[in-house]
Amino acid sequence: MSDATVTAANTTTTARVPGGRRKKTGSHGTAGFLFTLPFMVLFLGMFIAPLVYALYLSGFREQLVGGNQFVGLDNYTDGLKDQAFIDGIQRVILFMIIQVPIMLILALTFALILDSGRLWAGKFFRVGIFVPYAVPTVIAALMWGFLYGRDFGPFADLADWLGLPPPNFLSERTMLFSIANVSTWTYTGYNMIILYAALRSIPGELYEAAAVDGAGSVRTAIHIKLPLLRPALLLCGIFSIIGSMQLFAEPQIFFSIAPDVIGKAYTPNLYVYNLAFADQRLNYAAALSFMLGVIVFVFSYFVMYWSNRQESR
Amino acid sequence: MSVPSVTPDAGAVVTDAPAKTRRSSGKPPGTDRGYVFPTLFMLVFIFYFLMPLWWLFVASTKSLDDLFDSFGLWFSGFHLTVNISDVFTKDDGVYWKWLRNTLIYSVVSAVGAALLAAMAGYGFAKFDFRGKNLMFWFVLGSVMVPTTALAIPTYLLFSKIGLTNNPLSIILPSLVSPFGIYLMRIYAEGAVPAELMEAARIDGAGEFRIFRQIAFRLLAPGFVTVLLFNFVATWNNYFLPLVMLSEPRWYPLTVGLAQWNSQATAGGGATSAFNVVICGAMISVVPLIIAFIFLQRYWQSGLSAGSVKG
Repeated sequence: MSDATVTAANTTTTARVPGGRRKKTGSHGTAGFLFTLPFMVLFLGMFIAPLVYALYLSGFREQLVGGNQFVGLDNYTDGLKDQAFIDGIQRVILFMIIQVPIMLILALTFALILDSGRLWAGKFFRVGIFVPYAVPTVIAALMWGFLYGRDFGPFADLADWLGLPPPNFLSERTMLFSIANVSTWTYTGYNMIILYAALRSIPGELYEAAAVDGAGSVRTAIHIKLPLLRPALLLCGIFSIIGSMQLFAEPQIFFSIAPDVIGKAYTPNLYVYNLAFADQRLNYAAALSFMLGVIVFVFSYFVMYWSNRQESR
Repeated sequence: MSVPSVTPDAGAVVTDAPAKTRRSSGKPPGTDRGYVFPTLFMLVFIFYFLMPLWWLFVASTKSLDDLFDSFGLWFSGFHLTVNISDVFTKDDGVYWKWLRNTLIYSVVSAVGAALLAAMAGYGFAKFDFRGKNLMFWFVLGSVMVPTTALAIPTYLLFSKIGLTNNPLSIILPSLVSPFGIYLMRIYAEGAVPAELMEAARIDGAGEFRIFRQIAFRLLAPGFVTVLLFNFVATWNNYFLPLVMLSEPRWYPLTVGLAQWNSQATAGGGATSAFNVVICGAMISVVPLIIAFIFLQRYWQSGLSAGSVKG
């Protein structure tokens, strides 16, 4: 593949030559461990410890009298039967099925067009599409909330000119799409940049070979670029899945505009937040956090497994 | 041997002069007609991506009355300076504190996380030691743990040891960037030649000196990419500070503005300070947008190495 990969492969092989390896482990291994140590200490403290603590907390339940009581897996079985939690999970899965493909197809199309170089002002488009990623999700949600609104949104103004009633973007039926739009707006450029960076590192000789064979730009894109983009697409896919499962800022901001539609449990994360801070049900919140983490992990793992199988086929 | 990072960087430069360089480099010469459709296609979408930001800018120049009465995408009266001074004086100038907090949290977290990632990535890539693979797989697996699912457990733990509601409660969790480790490991594998390390050892340099004086310079493009990602992640973070902080004086911009917004919405109608919220939001996105435009090419350099290998 690219030179980078070749170099990387070379160095790993030299490091793994049977005889040399032992020597390496002996003399420099400790140094390698010490380089990773500061990170690993923080990783244990900020990642593993909270998870272990949450696991511990999730085994208890607050009692009105007599402090906390150990209840085993009861919080988890409750979670599996909790309709608000299940509805939230289903909602973010639906969101994921709709939003992630649309966003990734857009990002891929933009990246391929930019990489083909067959347009004017490519740099302007590249920066312009990427720039929304600089806007924090909360600010993006806030901004789109105003844009959707009847008071100062341009859509309402336009409808008014045309003599139509203002569109309701935040009703029961439209809310999920309006949230999906905010995510798409914010993250398409981010994914585009990852894919574009991967495209730029495909060596030019491959294209020349394809051109000699008489392949047009669309065929080059499908038969040469797409297969080489698989790892980058997988990366984008997994990040997008994780992102959609933990939706929080958008529904939380839209709550102040459309409280009846959002409610307390529009997404699992919003539900966990409300349980912990409005209801003070910390143990149950810890259990649901944990379950949410496991669900996301399983989803991402499944996508990776599926992608690896496709590749080895 | 400086191959890995240079490839993507050179690529980025090529795109800045797209048509001519490409055409002369052996591709069949495209007619100008071939440019029309892709450019038009992108124009349609660029409107979608830039329209909200245009609206934000236009809206922040309006008084509250004009916000309600005039068309959203065009100017009406010029109230920008008044709005800006309102933003910075509201609630005893708390916006300054939010801006300062955001900057401190982002800079400290980004520099720290990138340093830790560079060291650990280098350690994982260039050395063999016991338990290395197990450790790395743990870190890699944690990329898939959603950070918000982690925030509540972290809050619970921090409140147990009295660490909530202060800057450390934001900075410490933000220092851990599993994805940064992953990126730096791949980057270090390609960027630091083993022969160079061996030569330095023969010259009697200690391992830490080799890292500081030789390896770190080779890792710089990857370091910058990890730095930028963590900077934006911390700058944009909302959930963690929302959970951790209870006093407005520690808030970053995201939490502070969301609070102003919910106050304005709760107030309702023409008495609310929507113009201040909108102008505050506009000011808060300007620094990052400028940084994005100027640092554009650095986003790609470290990424390409990482994403190509997957």
